[in-house]
Amino acid sequence: MPGTTSTGATAPGPRIAVVGGGMAAARFAERYTALGGPGTVTVYAAEARTPYNRVLLADVLTGRYDAEAIALPLGTARLRAGCEAVALDPVARTLGLADGTVEPWDELVLATGANPVLPPIRGLRRADVRHPAGQPHSSDRLADRSAQGPGLAEGVHTLRSLDDCARLAEEAVAARRAVVIGGGVLGVSAARALAALGVRTEIVHQAPHLIERQLDAEAGAVLRERLDALGVATYCRNRARSLATAVDGDTGAVRVTGVHLANGYLLDCDLVVLACGTRPRTALAHAAGLPVNTGVLVDDRLATAVPHVSAIGDCAEHRGAVHGLAIPAWEQADVLALRLSGADPDARYTGSRPPARLSTGGLEYAAFGDVDETLDAGLDVLRLTDATRGSYKKLVMRGDRLVGAILLGDLAGLDALADAWDRDDPLTGHPLHLLTAAGPGAPPP
Amino acid sequence: MTSAATAPAAGSDPGTAAAAGTGTGTGTGTGAETDTHCPYCALQCGMRLRPTATTAVTAATPAPAELLPVEVVERPDFPVNRGALCGKGQSAPALLARGVRLTEPLVRDRPGGPLRPAGWDEALERVAAGFTAVRERHGADAVGVFGGGGLTNEKAYQLGKFARVVLGTANIDYNGRFCMSSAAAAHRRAFGLDRGLPFPLADVPHTGCLILVGGNPAETMPPALRYFRELRENGGTLIVVDPRRTRTAEQADLHLQPRPGTDLALALGLLHLVIADGLVDEEFVAARTTGFDGARAAAMAHWPDRVERITGVPVAQLRRAAELFGRAAAGMVLTARGPEQQSKGTDTVGAWIDLCLATGNAGRPYAGYGCLTGQGNGQGGREHGQKADQLPGYRSIEDPAARAHVAGVWGVDPETLPRSGRSAYELLDGLGRPDGARALLLMGSNPVVSAPNAAHVTARLRSLDLLVVADLVLSETARLADVVLPVTQWAEEDGTTTNLEGRVILRRRAVDPPEGVRGELWLLGELARRLGVPRGFPAEAEQVFEELRRASAGGDADYAGISYRRIAAEDGVFWPCPDPAHPGTPRLFLDRFATPDGRARFAAVTHRPAAEEPDREYPLYLTTGRVLAQYQSGAQTRRVAELNAAAPGPFVELHPRLAERLGVADGEPVAVVSRRGRAVAPARVSAAIRPDTVFMPFHWPGAGRANSLTNPALDPVSRMPEFKTCAVRVERAEPAGAPAGTAHHRAAGHGPDDERTVA
Repeated sequence: MPGTTSTGATAPGPRIAVVGGGMAAARFAERYTALGGPGTVTVYAAEARTPYNRVLLADVLTGRYDAEAIALPLGTARLRAGCEAVALDPVARTLGLADGTVEPWDELVLATGANPVLPPIRGLRRADVRHPAGQPHSSDRLADRSAQGPGLAEGVHTLRSLDDCARLAEEAVAARRAVVIGGGVLGVSAARALAALGVRTEIVHQAPHLIERQLDAEAGAVLRERLDALGVATYCRNRARSLATAVDGDTGAVRVTGVHLANGYLLDCDLVVLACGTRPRTALAHAAGLPVNTGVLVDDRLATAVPHVSAIGDCAEHRGAVHGLAIPAWEQADVLALRLSGADPDARYTGSRPPARLSTGGLEYAAFGDVDETLDAGLDVLRLTDATRGSYKKLVMRGDRLVGAILLGDLAGLDALADAWDRDDPLTGHPLHLLTAAGPGAPPP
Repeated sequence: MTSAATAPAAGSDPGTAAAAGTGTGTGTGTGAETDTHCPYCALQCGMRLRPTATTAVTAATPAPAELLPVEVVERPDFPVNRGALCGKGQSAPALLARGVRLTEPLVRDRPGGPLRPAGWDEALERVAAGFTAVRERHGADAVGVFGGGGLTNEKAYQLGKFARVVLGTANIDYNGRFCMSSAAAAHRRAFGLDRGLPFPLADVPHTGCLILVGGNPAETMPPALRYFRELRENGGTLIVVDPRRTRTAEQADLHLQPRPGTDLALALGLLHLVIADGLVDEEFVAARTTGFDGARAAAMAHWPDRVERITGVPVAQLRRAAELFGRAAAGMVLTARGPEQQSKGTDTVGAWIDLCLATGNAGRPYAGYGCLTGQGNGQGGREHGQKADQLPGYRSIEDPAARAHVAGVWGVDPETLPRSGRSAYELLDGLGRPDGARALLLMGSNPVVSAPNAAHVTARLRSLDLLVVADLVLSETARLADVVLPVTQWAEEDGTTTNLEGRVILRRRAVDPPEGVRGELWLLGELARRLGVPRGFPAEAEQVFEELRRASAGGDADYAGISYRRIAAEDGVFWPCPDPAHPGTPRLFLDRFATPDGRARFAAVTHRPAAEEPDREYPLYLTTGRVLAQYQSGAQTRRVAELNAAAPGPFVELHPRLAERLGVADGEPVAVVSRRGRAVAPARVSAAIRPDTVFMPFHWPGAGRANSLTNPALDPVSRMPEFKTCAVRVERAEPAGAPAGTAHHRAAGHGPDDERTVA
């Protein structure tokens, strides 16, 4: 406002500690400071780098982005990079760091994210020591401690961090064949990226078709054909049982040489990428006595059961949902920033229904809602398949309401459909027009 | 100084006699044609006025009821429009007719009473006495001033000086705050200087790719369209960003159709892709900018999938736009009200500037960011002291050196100059309140129609002790006034304006005003004298301009080297022009930007929702805008028969799918309801608009007034209200009998929409 300036120093606001340096943490810090929150925000990040956009990792792998280029804004928050929090005392309101120091806080935001799930495959680990079963928290504690993962054999990778990315990119230069274990979104993205680097890649996937959580069998089949064309073979209904390894004569390191499938086949390879989903990192919260189910339990305020402790992003469980996706994490961060900054003390998060979306490297699809019409006799379905152009579209409706959709290859009409689904608006006219009519959301002619 | 002596001579009746400039010394002589400029938009097209008394009325121009003193003819030698004019400009002389415009002062004797004719002495005495009384009782800031972006540079300058020197009030602002203030703020933040276009319009056809964001020049400034057409003929690409497929969007190679209020995300999404695709001009960024890392981080927070979800623009189209712009040899981005009239307008423009800077499209020929200014003198009007926080020459009123310089020109003690006052909406919102203005002098503006949350603003205007309106017609706001002062219009006066290119041009007097009509410069002088300041307020425009030159000297908008003679000889002069030997500056920033270190500054901004997003109760977006045949609040154009015939009243544009859901057919009345009010107008069903959005033009008062609905949420930097998006619901309105049904008929006419009447 013209003429008004801030009037001198005021009492320092609350100290806000954000535990974790991932996407939710960065978003919260940026929004809180942009909203003029009165507190000082400190982000304690385990990784020794500025928070970055994890969504873009597959494209960092292909070299489309430089590692430094995907840094995210933090507003005026202070970043303590390489400062992993190892202890949380919600009564004394302190945070113990890996270097032994103890930091006080007035508000704490848990944004510890998630770890890659390591599938039960023999030979995964360097010493082939069986991963101690039981406490999930002890297992992710193990992962917490080592950015490189819990002692994976040479050539075995996860793809969760920039460090993972850098190691994988380095090995991909000399690699001839790669096996991606897991045919979900991450597995498909990773396979596509490896293929783009010239590595012959195969996907091993347990489910009957690719990305089965979001796509139906037909869409999965179209996607599989598209991957084929990119040089990626897919083996569905297949499980990796064990890794074949060899000991390097010079270094003594155990190195992967292939993947044994449950059906007896052996896939030769020199790279393995594990893409079997993620699990919330809850060890810190659990140890501090916070209620934890799959994730740290939060209410609509994104508050945990403990006063002045909130949780957002991949580590949080809200109304039974753990999203593990960037857009819901950011929606949560936005709400929490509104609440804690005072911009809207009553801000509430009531859940997210993000459409699933893949838009890179010749693979394009969007899917949302319930796409399996066989679950309910009251559902109608409309399908358009264009084999020549490799496109597949499906609308699942109950009466005049859209309950789910898949658009693969040709995404015309996505905006209007997603909107109708999101608002639960009745579909007017023939729904076919929504799939074919050019209009808002249609690609250029 | 005897300002009263230079009052317009009581000339011959313009209705019957040959038009002739008689009293000003700049008139062109009996029977001669006069080269001047259009009274409407910021293009300020050159036009020639030919006296009609010596011209036979032809079949092509049927004789109007009253013979107008001049007709508009082409002026092909003026470079901006090269002879072309739109219907608004061509029909501008209609407002010279006596029956249409005010010809004598009006005063209201008691609240609620009628306005009655009065003489100038009585009217001015009433104003002076009223201002004095309010000032004595409530202090100097209790007298407010509200100006307009249609006022000439001389009037804008004099109004600012009058506020600061005569009234001593900090509370002066103007309707330009509703126009391009967000672009101005972003311009200054990035480049250190705000001039709408940093290049002449004639550069447009020579760029490679132009992105036009939220502008519809096909309807708002039709003669400019040829530049876009020529761009495409030269092989360039036109990308238009608009929630509606406007006549302008139809001309585009690529039309991006985002949700209202999401232009910020769209710009950052394109910046993201430019970075991802390696299209950043690293050399330019390193040599001529600062702050790229912050902008890059901001862009990384806006990856394509997310931007598609926010904006509704498909990733494939984002990719295509980024490719076209990023790979062009030169690129331009022009914004207009769409991205600017938002509660995040400054940041939104900042993001589009970032896109230009990242691709090296600034500070070199045929490239850069510009704003398509709206009002006739939107540019000059913001440079010379009408703004709450500025002094002439685009100086900050808080800068001690600026205060000292201007006070020196004005011959006053710098200490006596007020500080920053309230921005336009805040000023209007405060009217009649204990800490707000109790009396208001309003010139060249019609906030009853044009302000956001207009019913509230109308109520605030009514609560004033004294409302004084100077206008050429009895606008909806003038109807509320206690004193109405009839003033001259474009063809009746001299004065400069500064068009959207930063080109200072000269309007010339072609006809004498009717008896009883006076110029604003004259009446400000008369009021100043009555308020105890006998000097410093001449009625002669050129004399005021000479002082403006001195006051602006050394400022950002430096007019020191510009004279009436030069303007006439050079088809206008581009500022800055610091001395008479300086050629003027058609292209800014070629060597350096106007920042302390000479580098352009990236903005690190992030998308956030509008102040009001659709929800269950108000599930749709409303966006507002303009139509071809009307101008701004319509105070002028609604009085021109042929324009009214083309655009007789308001309407609600909505998508066929929405119309079907509501059960509404084309032409049937619909009610649009927001948290602030309700407006009723006929449905116009069109697939050109997004299904989640309805559009209303804002030119009309009454039941179809779009601004009854709009949200006065303000941009924190520019104080621009969020005209371009708010949440509404749309309902069928009963066709007959109910107030709804008569709405647009009433709105289109001239009938009073206020219970106060005119005697």
